[in-house]
Amino acid sequence: MGISTARKAAKPAVHKSVLNRKEALIFYLLISPWLIHFIFLEAGPMLASLYFSFTEWNMLSSPEWIGLSNYVFALTEDPLFWKSLFITFGFAIISVPLNLIVGLMLALLLNISLPGNKLFRTIYYLPSQISGVAVMVMWIFVFNPELGLLNSFLGLFGIEGPGWIFDPDWALPSLVFMSLWSVGGGTIIWLAGLKGIPESYYESATLDGANAWKRLIYITLPLLTPTIFFNLITGIIGALQKFGEAYVMTKGGPLNSTRFFNYHLYDYAFGKFEMGLASALAWLLFLIILALTLLVFSSSGKWVYYGGEKK
Amino acid sequence: MMIRRKPILSTLLYILLSTGSIAMLFPFVWMLSTSLKSDVQLYAWPPVWLPFPLQWDNYVKAFTQLPFGLWFGNTAVITMISVFGAVLSSPIVAYGFARYRARGRKLLFMIMISTMMIPWTVVMIPKFFLFSNIHWVNTFLPLTVPSFFGNAFYIFLLRQFFQTIPPDTEEAAKIDGAGVFGILWHVLLPVTVPVLVTVAIFQFDSSWNDFLQPLLYLNKQSLFTVSLGMNFFNGQFDVQWNYLMAVACVAMLPTIVLFFIGQKYFVQGIALTGMKG
Repeated sequence: MGISTARKAAKPAVHKSVLNRKEALIFYLLISPWLIHFIFLEAGPMLASLYFSFTEWNMLSSPEWIGLSNYVFALTEDPLFWKSLFITFGFAIISVPLNLIVGLMLALLLNISLPGNKLFRTIYYLPSQISGVAVMVMWIFVFNPELGLLNSFLGLFGIEGPGWIFDPDWALPSLVFMSLWSVGGGTIIWLAGLKGIPESYYESATLDGANAWKRLIYITLPLLTPTIFFNLITGIIGALQKFGEAYVMTKGGPLNSTRFFNYHLYDYAFGKFEMGLASALAWLLFLIILALTLLVFSSSGKWVYYGGEKK
Repeated sequence: MMIRRKPILSTLLYILLSTGSIAMLFPFVWMLSTSLKSDVQLYAWPPVWLPFPLQWDNYVKAFTQLPFGLWFGNTAVITMISVFGAVLSSPIVAYGFARYRARGRKLLFMIMISTMMIPWTVVMIPKFFLFSNIHWVNTFLPLTVPSFFGNAFYIFLLRQFFQTIPPDTEEAAKIDGAGVFGILWHVLLPVTVPVLVTVAIFQFDSSWNDFLQPLLYLNKQSLFTVSLGMNFFNGQFDVQWNYLMAVACVAMLPTIVLFFIGQKYFVQGIALTGMKG
């Protein structure tokens, strides 16, 4: 009797652990494509790149260990390291907040119910969904000092426009200006955030005598902080990794005025075949992005308000 | 917010939004108009906004001066294979993450999410080294094969969607003896179509517009993609702007068409997730 009860109790337990093992096997089988991708194209290359960053290597002969020399060279001797970092940060510091503010203002306008709103949303959203070299060559021509759209338009009013991307003082601001064209991508996310704010908050605030400005400051903005957080993080990560514009539109020029960090890095890797130095640069940028992201994440507890939580 | 608004305010809003819209669309219009200009109209002052007669043969000339037909074909092949790969592999991995329990599942999922943050430059050189060592440089393999091994963002998107589907829907199929892939194919994927279309559109756009990877892996002109071809055209000493704009118009067309198709599916996908969640 005692034995048979024990057997009865044990049987399903054994059965369950077999099932668990089978389930785990299926899990690993199903995710194996991604695991292979991760090991060979993400984790492996990351470790390799870390190793290469401590070597001198032109990809033809084998890598030669030189310790921290690449990092030291980048930080102390490379004349363009700090310049490219400065340009990249300058671009990010201006374009990220500008895109946040313009994107939010646009979203506030598009959130007001007006007939034809859908058409406006589509028009503003469209440019952000088109990217690549076609867009860049379109903008090169828009910026063309003699034949381009901008200076032809300004010319109608008798204004002689600047050289845009062909003028060292205007090249970086031109790219900031161009980045505003795709502001609609963020606007869609702002709109989703605005939709999540209960109408009743505005109604009771209006009854209490709050004007539009006060409603924006005390209701809309605090409740949008998760969206600000999201757009800020993705904006920073994107801005610090600009490359295509520099490669296709300006070749980092004129006078290195648009030498973004990643362009500088690419030039070392595939222009000068200094793979070790380029790997060190990649890791430095990675560490900077990581530090900035962690900083924004850790500060978020103080300013990001999630609707579900208690004050 | 407010139901009633002063008509003056509405009019001002319309003027503001319309002006902005025109500004957003004007680069497109300018590109299109330039692509139809003769060489003389290109340099005319005051600028020609509506060229007449329209120079349709700019398109023919642009495509015959350089092998853009071939480059479009290459891009289409790479894009189609990548879309197929992404749509095939991502749901399988997402299904694993959504439905099967195993030790380390949470950790692996966290790792997958964090891989989305790795800057491309960190892995660029070792990946290039790997692909050149296995002689994949100057083939389409580095641009297509990885898509068959899942993409973190698509997996995340699909996994989130699968989790909104109650597991009981699969029970009946399980009792009928359907296997793992049978359930995925017959029960889950049919309701996942809008999300799969979304994934397909994302992958189409990123493959079609990719510049960096073709730049790294394709050096032979006969293997160029449209992006490389346009960059090559643009780099020539005497750029023929009307021809270049013609090519750019054609290059943008698939993305624009997909944008209008995609909008419907994006909305449907969100609605489905919201409805079932």
